Amino acid sequence: MFLSLNWISDFVDLSGLDKMELINKFSLSTAEVENEIYFKGSDLSGIVVAEIKSVEDHPESKKLHLLKVDIGEAELVDVVCGAPNVRVGLKTAFAKLGAQIGDITIAPRKLAGYTSNGMCCSEKEIGISDSGDGIMEITDDVKVGTDLKDIYQIDDIIFEVDNKSLTNRPDLWGHYGIAREFAAIAGRELKPLDVADLAAYENLKKVDLKIEDPLCYRYSCLEFGNIGVHTSPVNMRIRLYYCGMRAINFLADLTNYLMLEMGQPMHAFDSRKVEKIRIKRFDKPFKFTTLDGAERDIDENTLMICNDNTPVAIAGIMGGLDSEIVEDTSTLTLESATFDATSIRKSTVKLAHRTDASMRYEKSLDPEMTVPAIARFVKLLTDIDNGAEVTSALTDEYAFKYDDVSLSFDKAFVDKYTGIEIGNDTIVKTLESLGFGVELSGDNFTVKVPSWRATKDVTLKADIIEEITRIYGYDNFDVHTIALPLYPIRTAQEKDDEERIKDILVKRYSMHELHSYVWAYYDEYKALGIEIEDNVELVNATNPNIQTIRKSIVPTQLCQVKYNTSYASDFSVFEIGRVVDGLKDDGMCNEQKKLAITIYSKTNTTEQIYFKLRDVLAVITDELKHKPLVFEKAEASHSYQHPKNLNNIYCDGILLGEIGIVNSAVAKKIDKKANIVYAEIDVKEFAKIANASITYEEPSKFPEIEIDLSFVTEKFEPVAKAIEAANCPMIKSVSVTDIYADESGKSITTKIKFADNERTLTREEVMKVVDGIIAALAADGINLKN
Amino acid sequence: MTPKTLEVKQNFCAALENVSNMEQLEQLRVEYIGKKGYVTDLLKDMKSLSNEEKKTFGQEVNILKNEVNDKLAEKREELRKKEIELENSRMPEFDISIPADLKRGSYHPITLVQRQCEEVFKSMGFVVEDYSEIVTDYECFEALNIPKTHPARDMQDTYYLGNGQLLKSHTSAAQNAIYKKYKDALINEGKAIKAIFPGRCFRNEATDACHENTFFQMEGIMVDKNISISNLIFFMKTMLSEVFKKDIKVRLRPGFFPFVEPGFELDISCLICGGEGCPSCKHSGWLELCPCGMIHPEVLKAGGIDPDEYTGFAFGLGLTRLAMMKFGIKDIRDLNGGSLKTLSQFTDDK
Repeated sequence: MFLSLNWISDFVDLSGLDKMELINKFSLSTAEVENEIYFKGSDLSGIVVAEIKSVEDHPESKKLHLLKVDIGEAELVDVVCGAPNVRVGLKTAFAKLGAQIGDITIAPRKLAGYTSNGMCCSEKEIGISDSGDGIMEITDDVKVGTDLKDIYQIDDIIFEVDNKSLTNRPDLWGHYGIAREFAAIAGRELKPLDVADLAAYENLKKVDLKIEDPLCYRYSCLEFGNIGVHTSPVNMRIRLYYCGMRAINFLADLTNYLMLEMGQPMHAFDSRKVEKIRIKRFDKPFKFTTLDGAERDIDENTLMICNDNTPVAIAGIMGGLDSEIVEDTSTLTLESATFDATSIRKSTVKLAHRTDASMRYEKSLDPEMTVPAIARFVKLLTDIDNGAEVTSALTDEYAFKYDDVSLSFDKAFVDKYTGIEIGNDTIVKTLESLGFGVELSGDNFTVKVPSWRATKDVTLKADIIEEITRIYGYDNFDVHTIALPLYPIRTAQEKDDEERIKDILVKRYSMHELHSYVWAYYDEYKALGIEIEDNVELVNATNPNIQTIRKSIVPTQLCQVKYNTSYASDFSVFEIGRVVDGLKDDGMCNEQKKLAITIYSKTNTTEQIYFKLRDVLAVITDELKHKPLVFEKAEASHSYQHPKNLNNIYCDGILLGEIGIVNSAVAKKIDKKANIVYAEIDVKEFAKIANASITYEEPSKFPEIEIDLSFVTEKFEPVAKAIEAANCPMIKSVSVTDIYADESGKSITTKIKFADNERTLTREEVMKVVDGIIAALAADGINLKN
Repeated sequence: MTPKTLEVKQNFCAALENVSNMEQLEQLRVEYIGKKGYVTDLLKDMKSLSNEEKKTFGQEVNILKNEVNDKLAEKREELRKKEIELENSRMPEFDISIPADLKRGSYHPITLVQRQCEEVFKSMGFVVEDYSEIVTDYECFEALNIPKTHPARDMQDTYYLGNGQLLKSHTSAAQNAIYKKYKDALINEGKAIKAIFPGRCFRNEATDACHENTFFQMEGIMVDKNISISNLIFFMKTMLSEVFKKDIKVRLRPGFFPFVEPGFELDISCLICGGEGCPSCKHSGWLELCPCGMIHPEVLKAGGIDPDEYTGFAFGLGLTRLAMMKFGIKDIRDLNGGSLKTLSQFTDDK
């Protein structure tokens, strides 16, 4: 919304104050002002009122005329002008030699052979309207030679307020409300509105009016006629133009002017079309043509203004074409009303038609404003058009009145909320300047909220704090920390795990952390041949490509791997993110937090990266929990899983997730030459694993005996079991030192270290244990390699 | 010195000159002072000498023996030095200019910024909370004083799910659960609620360089008996100065959010131009960064906390925006895009 400082100054004296400073304060205390400030008229000088004394056709041009104009100086001035409306006796705006219009300095100029010593200007040329059809026409009463800026408010400061920052302030949708804020900020008096006394028309007939629907809170109207003025005064047109509206005709301009001044939308009907004003909704949808000529679909929820049963306007949004003022309109009915804000908003959305009026109604306008707005309208109407007559009594139906809002609080409440000392006097002065009624008794305040703030905006004590502090100025706050008793703050296990997992993966294994989306991108999955599995769906996504929440991070990660195949021959990525596995018994989404890791390699075999990934998982669990992982073969059930080498991962009996190879069908679509393995574990489950404490054992001072045994076996597991079954306290460690395979089979070499803390072991006692292990394995058909 | 002794000595010195390695040196040693060496041999002539002469000659040979030993030791040391020098010289000069193999991994930029923010708040006694990405309508709206008729509710920018739940549109959706989690400790033990909760948020909108449907925020709350606007400004200014590691100028403007009262928009002096005005701050010198405010009494009430007794502040920091500002990331879509060319650059940042 554009605001004029001249207009604001009608209601509050801002003389002697730094205007830019004021606008900045307004931005900090009330609503955000956009950065660009317009200094209207600042690039304009030397424009005076001139009277055309003679007009001659240009001998060589059909369009141009040769004029002599009187600019209040001794000699008439020769001017060449191409405007269609030149005529003798016309007073117009004239840029003298040396005048400034924007970047242009007016100098004598030859036009088709004749010198023009200045320029007759259109309103558009001097920037006060968009009317450029002809030169400006100035009323006769103005003296020739007068500087235009002396008679018209061309110089003005225009600033724009972000509409969004006014969402909650219905009172700020007109200049008068804005002026109230300026008055409070500047500490100056807000002048009362100059209005007509509507009591003078009390004895005239009333308008036939009836509110038949609770969505209309108040409807006030008045009939008037005998309008002689058709064009609005220049200053009114300048203000409308500066504030972003086009001047149309006097009556339309006046209703717009009132809306911009008071924030109250108004509408003038041809009285013949609204003899019986009824406000209601219709049972059935129908079509209705608004005054912009558009035919619109009206549904049963949209409130209409009707002439008995004939709709004439969409309440709060736009008038109808049929009830528009036409040439032979003699009597007009002025509407000033208030409607239910939510209803107007919904109708606006449904009609996809937002107007300056509906934008204001959506904010919950103050119903108390309808009658003063009419009184102000009548005042301006009769001031400008002396012949205009009011032809009815004020007719006002007030169906819904907001409750008065009164709030009580004490100084201690303000102190507690602000944390600073603001004196009682300042509180009273601030609230009164904003129109609040304040009673102070000791340290106790009773505050009456003004009607224009009581429609939704100010309902709580906390709202009052905002009023006090924003005018006090947040820049003026003394800021301080707070003293609190000390307690230890413990990081949640899950959070701790997550951060340490990230560190291990990034710092130790050079992996890259990625983020992906929580839903499946259909086209990306499809490109890799990954099936979209049934899961919780998005119901209103605007992008048709995303409808289903992912069950696993793995497929989204594979899509990202595909995207990076040109990045390097080998890379590893991971993500800690959310997935949903259907619904729980209570109908809520079964949301899970997972860690997914993918290793992509063109230089290592699948086996190599598979074991690397297995070791990564084992290291994480060993470092964070000091516990080993157990793997158990699993069956593939998703399209991206390879049927072989899929293992479930357990720790402490808790199922954490799985490690697997990417199915060749999918892997080939990612890259024909690369091997890809993945793992996914549940972070919340992982956090549940209790951290085993470090068990310190003093190293033996006696020599260790190392025994290497090579068994012919496909798997290490039976060897490990046999060693474990020996249950020998002398065994300090077991490791695999070699795996060898040839035509005769596969053999695994294991190194067993024996030691005792008290004495040196003899070879005989160690060999006794070793022989036992060998015998046990032999019984299972696993023999030593020759 | 007898001529014979002198001869042995001269012969030794001459031979020593020609020694060039340890083997030759050992050979020389054996040749002269070994059991059958020249020096030892000299003593054979002793028999024929008088006792007086024996004494003199014996001394003479002993001196020579010591001299030979000293010279041998000297030579040995010299040879050893030469050998080490030779060994050292055999080491090639490496090309240190070959680029280092950094084997770098990378954190997501959000992780880096999030960790920095968390660190600041943890150092001030805030607990870091986590919350689900899928929430209920109650958590996201009702509990935050956003009634059914509020425009935010019929805007189509929230992702709704088939079961009636939704993808949280702001981290504030976790507020209610956190109040409920800590209210007993607040009420019974007088422990102030001090929590931050970073998280992923979702908006149902078309994406471009400035808009994402998936982004991160970090919410913070503090509730106790006397939490004030003054405290709010202090914590915001402190946090931002710590995160940016310089004194950040902040300003508050009134801002309307249903879950705070009073509500503010917090601006910081532009990081690029320092407040002079530049294209980044649209020439205003200020960057809008963080909505915040005093927690609305209805919101506290919904969390089981009596607003007459307790007050608190809340803020919502755009982590995604912060990361973009901090690292100069121009296209917001790069964050979820997964391109390693982009994301592998964020190795660590403390």
